[in-house]
Amino acid sequence: MPDDRTQRPTPLQLFLIFSRIGLTSFGGGLSGWMLREFVQRRRLLGEDEFLNGLAIAQALPGVNVTNMAIWIGYKLGGRAGAIASWMGMVVPAALVIVLIASAFASISGYELSHVALNGAAAAAIGLSLAMGLTAARRVPRRIFPLSVMVATFIAVTLLHWPLLWTVLGIGSLSVAVAYRQA
Amino acid sequence: MPPTALSILIVFLPLSLATIGGGQSAIADMHRQIVDVNHWLTASQFVDAFAIARLAPGPGSLLATLIGWQVAGFWGAVAATVGIFGPTAILIYAVSSLWSRYQGARILTALEAGLRPVAAGMILAASYVLIQALDGGWFARGLALLSTALLMLTPVNPLLLIAAGAGGFIGLHTLALL
Repeated sequence: MPDDRTQRPTPLQLFLIFSRIGLTSFGGGLSGWMLREFVQRRRLLGEDEFLNGLAIAQALPGVNVTNMAIWIGYKLGGRAGAIASWMGMVVPAALVIVLIASAFASISGYELSHVALNGAAAAAIGLSLAMGLTAARRVPRRIFPLSVMVATFIAVTLLHWPLLWTVLGIGSLSVAVAYRQA
Repeated sequence: MPPTALSILIVFLPLSLATIGGGQSAIADMHRQIVDVNHWLTASQFVDAFAIARLAPGPGSLLATLIGWQVAGFWGAVAATVGIFGPTAILIYAVSSLWSRYQGARILTALEAGLRPVAAGMILAASYVLIQALDGGWFARGLALLSTALLMLTPVNPLLLIAAGAGGFIGLHTLALL
């Protein structure tokens, strides 16, 4: 069952929050926006709850951010909340992308727009990195969890392992060890 | 197959489950199906659609929506969207509801504790890869680090930072520093 909380958002509010997140996010880092909106600004979720959801959203197939929207929506508003959050994430952004594609057909020659987008992307990476550092801070200060974190980082960046194998390999080892200790 | 809403749905449904770790992993296979197998778009049309999907706000997998729209109009867009997001949406919904029901069970606690460092490593890796991909050398990297620090230490609105990043780079470019 979803958690009992006072001041839970209605499905319409969830739809609007996720629409805003979906429409104002450039250059990725959408989960960084969600952390800011739901944990830091509105305090509807704890940091731990959020990061657990994020770990699952990343481990399962599917777009991380829409997975995350469904996870948060379900926690805060049950089935209706999950559907409203998913729609908020996808539908307005889908309309915008079709509009942009139509507009692009008529515009051409824009060296400066590449420069601007690159600057925007550089600032937007801050959202990803700030969240990575927040997540890293919550990893227990013990040899094994820290090595798992470092091994995952190396597997993805230097060894270029497919994410599926990273999650299945390192993830199941880590979960197995946590299960023994639980 | 002719590009009907149904055939578009059939192409995108299995691609949905191939999107582990984010939509990027399905793009190569999407290209194969749309361009090589079904000839719904040319290779350069596909690349254009990809670029627009990266520029537009929202999840990157809306590339599927855009392709559906270009290939078969409104219902093509609906079919592609349902196809690429549907199966995984049902999966995460099922997991969310099981999770809430069995909260505190040993296996779930172990999953939470075990996946946390993996997730942290993956997010840091994603940031690292993005920083590597930036044009603009140390200016861009410095800006990324500055933006990280501001976001962690102050309640600044991220949209403002991103706009400042775009404006700042136009300024530097105009001064011929970039």
